[in-house]
Amino acid sequence: MPAQTHVTATINGEPVQFLCEPRQSLLECLRDILGMTGTKEGCNDGNCGSCTIVFDGRIVTSCLVLGVEARGKEISTIEGIARGNRLHPLQQAFLENAALQCGICTPGFIVAAKALLDQEPEPDEERIRFWLANNLCRCTGYDKIVRAVEQAAAVCKQEAAR
Amino acid sequence: MSAKAYSVIGTRPIRHDGADKVTGRALYGADFTAAGLLHGAIVRSPHAHARIKSIDTTRALAFPGVKAVVTSADFPETAERMVDLGEGDTPLSYARGNVLAIDKVLYRGHAVAAVAAASPHVAEEAAALIDVVYERLPCVLTAPEAMLESAPQLHDGKSNLASQFQHVLGDAAKGFAEADVVVEREFNTATVHQGYIEPHNATALWNNDGRVHVWCSTQGSFVVRDCTALILDIPVSRVKVTPMEIGGGFGGKIPVYLEPVAALLSKKSGRPVKIVMTRKDCFEATGPTPGSFMRVKIGATKDGRITAAQAYLAFEAGAYPGAMVGPAGMTVFAPYDIPNAVVDGFDVVVNKPSTAAYRAPGAPNAAFATESVIDELAQKLGIDPIEFRLKNAAKEGTRRVDGPKFRRIGCVEVLEAMKNHPHYSAPLGGPNRGRGVAVGFWFNVGLQSSATLNVNADGTVNLVEGSTDIGGTRTSIAMQAAEVLGIPVADVNPSVADTDSVGFTAVTGGSRTTFATGWAAYEAAQDVVRQMKQRAAKLWEVEAAAVSFDSGVFTSGGRKLTFKELADQLPATGGPVVGSATVNPRGVGGSFAGNIVDVEVDPETGKTTILRFTAVQDVGKAIHPSYVEGQMQGGSVQGIGWALNEEYFMGADGTMMNSSFLDYRMPTALDLPMIDTCIVEVANPGHPFGVRGVGEANIVPPTPAIANAIERATGVRMTRLPMSPPTVMEALWSAGN
Repeated sequence: MPAQTHVTATINGEPVQFLCEPRQSLLECLRDILGMTGTKEGCNDGNCGSCTIVFDGRIVTSCLVLGVEARGKEISTIEGIARGNRLHPLQQAFLENAALQCGICTPGFIVAAKALLDQEPEPDEERIRFWLANNLCRCTGYDKIVRAVEQAAAVCKQEAAR
Repeated sequence: MSAKAYSVIGTRPIRHDGADKVTGRALYGADFTAAGLLHGAIVRSPHAHARIKSIDTTRALAFPGVKAVVTSADFPETAERMVDLGEGDTPLSYARGNVLAIDKVLYRGHAVAAVAAASPHVAEEAAALIDVVYERLPCVLTAPEAMLESAPQLHDGKSNLASQFQHVLGDAAKGFAEADVVVEREFNTATVHQGYIEPHNATALWNNDGRVHVWCSTQGSFVVRDCTALILDIPVSRVKVTPMEIGGGFGGKIPVYLEPVAALLSKKSGRPVKIVMTRKDCFEATGPTPGSFMRVKIGATKDGRITAAQAYLAFEAGAYPGAMVGPAGMTVFAPYDIPNAVVDGFDVVVNKPSTAAYRAPGAPNAAFATESVIDELAQKLGIDPIEFRLKNAAKEGTRRVDGPKFRRIGCVEVLEAMKNHPHYSAPLGGPNRGRGVAVGFWFNVGLQSSATLNVNADGTVNLVEGSTDIGGTRTSIAMQAAEVLGIPVADVNPSVADTDSVGFTAVTGGSRTTFATGWAAYEAAQDVVRQMKQRAAKLWEVEAAAVSFDSGVFTSGGRKLTFKELADQLPATGGPVVGSATVNPRGVGGSFAGNIVDVEVDPETGKTTILRFTAVQDVGKAIHPSYVEGQMQGGSVQGIGWALNEEYFMGADGTMMNSSFLDYRMPTALDLPMIDTCIVEVANPGHPFGVRGVGEANIVPPTPAIANAIERATGVRMTRLPMSPPTVMEALWSAGN
């Protein structure tokens, strides 16, 4: 059995430590070691976006990051999006707009879309489509996803104005 | 159109499993874990066609951390017989052979052996230590080539032409003689994949009591149960399947690939074993949809009446018989009332993965051919393409070439909605642009479903059903129960149960779930109402027949109890009320879909951009319009991918050259406009709420609608899918542009 490395990181604001093999991806560490299965695997080669997380302020596909690279990093995942008992406006908008069907790509879309809204509160349709082009959805045809992000942007803007 | 006023049906509630799915809490197959879990890896053939000379597992078994190795030699010895795997009869050896190769490998990626080990990485390393000696054989990759006498034979002693059929209606020769204009063309379509985002997965535990428990993502938990039992030759009563959430299927998650292998590994190791496919495995070794070669000929009179039609359909089944050419033959001319027609279909085995269903399987291929020829005929006759279709549209009583007469259908209504849609008369607004239209048909299926409703004391009900939920069907089924019970849909709590806990329910497929399982829920709710009337009668000391029920309120004389009030009195009137029902409905209503699409073709690169897209579909009755629109949009976009980019690039040696999502180019958000939807509701007289089913017909018209739009934009008629930039450039060059 290969030697394991000790990694400490901050995940969704909480300090976390785990042991992993150097060959294990961060996606594997989240899912198989930490039990955080909300981040999904669709391709394991960086092309579908289902495993999207925020890694030190940037969105990345966690299948292309090694677990050992997480040492000392700030990480956000789908499990950290809701505000306690309350859904984030993006999550609520996905539900109200029927922006998911099977739901496997949904965590990746929500994490990616939140990163967009955090830095650009008023993206237009083209910008949303460009930003989300890293995330594949095979069920919806994207129409309702784009509309959900537009609606969430409007809600976030209202909340910020309060 | 259905005019009845409903309180729940037609509304847009938030789906019951929604919160779980937007927070990451929903558990899909790969999320399952168990104490002592081992991980499996599959050894796959590097050759498209070879004889297995030997398999040596010694080195793998000696590798630290390896707990078990299996090959097809581990299947029990069973005499050859025909078995039904949910999609027709097949020899047991074929069913087993596709799970673990027996004697020969028939496609690259064909499973040969499997390893279970302490971690996925160890299993992968050990799999590489299994020594397989192959005798390579020449491979054959297309139906026309595989049908040649000289072609390499996949199944020893059996022709590559696994089966063929002919449908004849009227006298085609006479019909063509009556035609003023005849158009005949040949078409080719590439192999494409369903492209569900979640890879196949399965965990199995062969318990010490001899019972097998499977957790997996599947379109049909009972199909997994029955197939696993057949392949392993154990009684179905010894297999329990717990369906996890499923990340897309589109027909591709009906067959079993991993479940029997995980079960065998578990039997040998005494531990639960999980296997998850890689994306490459999904492309190379699951069931894509057939590539096809087709020839379609249609004749019409000067005034636009179709007199005859003929189709030759040769479909690639992949390694084992069963290409979806049958449904292609049923749908190829379905939108039209054609007096004389002949259809020849050929199911041909080739050295590619064994094909499976993909959303309206067979129909998009056939419609690409027919609707392109129809468009060309309309052009030659100088008739508007929608008018030409309307003149010949199928309606109630029209006989299809494969025999059945249509009941009430909405083909005309779909075409009228297209004609009247503002999109159809909007200006195109630029050069190199064209507008295309097309229609398509899918017959939908019924099949068996079961549902149970448990009434809670607080007036809510728990709905137990067996249809795995791929797109919000928990809610579309619950809505039908709520409508009958006169309660809010939030008061129905649906769950998808394991195979020990609910009656037999067929696959989530064939556009059947809202139709058939919804009907089972409707009947179960009727059962609840009947029993609760008896309870009210008991309380009021009247005959049950004297109790009425309407909009959630029981009445008799001047007395009245709401559903909720009566639910609270069940313990005092005889105990719990459980309503249940099973159905195997016959009243299936087929669905027509149509598209209007505007494209712009870049004359420098051949790239086609979708500028505007309108999807029209007769759904019978939209139970939850948002999810109906979602099906229409999703099917349309899969059709757009099929039309413009998606294909298996096959090397001459049978290797798929583009087995990743980078190179197998599915549409992204940036490739598309909004997809406008237009729901047409021609109630299906065969369903209590008029439901037809919406899942599939929407993928049928996009490929020809886009081909027809490209023709209007460039003057060049595309006869090959996908119409990718190089293919379009080649066509433009050969046309002298």
